[in-house]
Amino acid sequence: MESSWQKKELEEVEFDDDTVFTWPTLVVKEFLAALFVLVGLLFFSFFVNAPLGEISDPSQAENPAKAPWYFAGLQEQLVYFDPWFAGVVLPSIILVGLIMLPYLDNNPKGNGYISFKERKFAMPVFISGYVFWYLLVYVGTALRGPYWTFFWPGQAWTHDFPTPPPLHNLPLPAGIAMLIAFYAAGFAIPIFFKRNFFQNLGVVRYALVMGLLLTMIGTAGKIILRLAFDVKYIIVTPWINL
Amino acid sequence: MKDPNLKDKIKETVEDIWGSVFRHGYKDTPRNRILQIISNVWLHLHPARVREHGTKLRFTWCMGGITFFVFLVEVVTGILLMFYYTPDVNKAFADTMDLMYTVPFGRLMRNVHRWGAHAMVITVSIHMFRVFLTGSYKPPRRFNWVIGVFLLLLTFLLSFTGYLLPWDQLGYWAITVGMNMGRATPLFGHEGPFSQFLGMTANNDIRFSLVGGTTIAAPALLRAYVWHCIAIPVIATALMIVHFWRIRKDGGISGRL
Repeated sequence: MESSWQKKELEEVEFDDDTVFTWPTLVVKEFLAALFVLVGLLFFSFFVNAPLGEISDPSQAENPAKAPWYFAGLQEQLVYFDPWFAGVVLPSIILVGLIMLPYLDNNPKGNGYISFKERKFAMPVFISGYVFWYLLVYVGTALRGPYWTFFWPGQAWTHDFPTPPPLHNLPLPAGIAMLIAFYAAGFAIPIFFKRNFFQNLGVVRYALVMGLLLTMIGTAGKIILRLAFDVKYIIVTPWINL
Repeated sequence: MKDPNLKDKIKETVEDIWGSVFRHGYKDTPRNRILQIISNVWLHLHPARVREHGTKLRFTWCMGGITFFVFLVEVVTGILLMFYYTPDVNKAFADTMDLMYTVPFGRLMRNVHRWGAHAMVITVSIHMFRVFLTGSYKPPRRFNWVIGVFLLLLTFLLSFTGYLLPWDQLGYWAITVGMNMGRATPLFGHEGPFSQFLGMTANNDIRFSLVGGTTIAAPALLRAYVWHCIAIPVIATALMIVHFWRIRKDGGISGRL
């Protein structure tokens, strides 16, 4: 047992796999990363003060009152949807969608490396959603002034902005028909034209994937309806508006 | 006699100083490299050997590790801030002002804590992006992605609950905006659709339970404080333990099979 590798020098030991010693290869890099972040954070904090407003006053509402930037995307959605959807249902759908994601994506390829070619559906969809989220964050944080009015970058925030055009709602039957048509077409088209996509997923996964995807597209669609056609609600009922 | 070159001289000096501190040398052998990891309670989070591409910045982006590191920075600065801060509506803002202008290093501690919170939200979301791009949520790492989504949510909530604590206009109205959304929760918020079926009013709905009242006042500040300093960090720590343990159990860093 004298020839045990434990007694050997570094040069005498070979491992026939693609691994390296964690010490020092990885540990050094982690240490440097931590050091770099700590120094950067201290340096930045030394020169830039964290924001602090006046003492809170419940009788003096901020205008605009803004959520922290990472929630400003949801607040921005309040322009296009009622609070029950923008603030509660939509983020819940996003969360549930993220949780289900590994179980919905049954494509075995692209595991452990970056490949757009082998993941032609997953990559564009996730990246679009990610960009969509940060786009809303940017608009909500940087481009919304008093009364949540839109201002272009560089444009001064004033209270003297033109009155926004009046909004109208779609008639209820038209709204319901439009919503049903959107989801029905969305569910049907891939079944006929992307047969493989449908068959690889199976009925249940397909229903969940398309449900989530169409809701994401629909959210963007409602924004377009509002901006281009001044539509406030597509569905108005005594209980719920959408 | 041959002149020793610079590299040898540096090595000699380092070994000399090392020996003066630890009284024994460090022999760079395979056995010692492994022992450095497995006989160290902190480092044995890692395996003794890792796949080479997993040490490359261009593959990992290091964002998960940095998120964890920033979390530790937040714990340290947070504890220091707690020495000076009282979660009382009559004191909170004054304590924050004291931190900014009177307490030695108070301003630096608060700034690091606040900017660190922003940094953590950014790094955790870049980490998620990298994990998605490399398909690392695929089997056998599916469940660890789920844990990660909860950690993402907890990061948001940690930051959000901390937002109210300075008791300034910024935080007060941001929390008001957030909690007004809670009021509109379907079924459980008193202004939400279908809440009349559960008999929801401003005094018993989900918003009431979150802020401890019908307005953002003293109970809301205390609740935000307790969630921020104790409850969420404890939950997040528990989930982090599972997250890191699962990385090891699921075969370490992902990569081509």
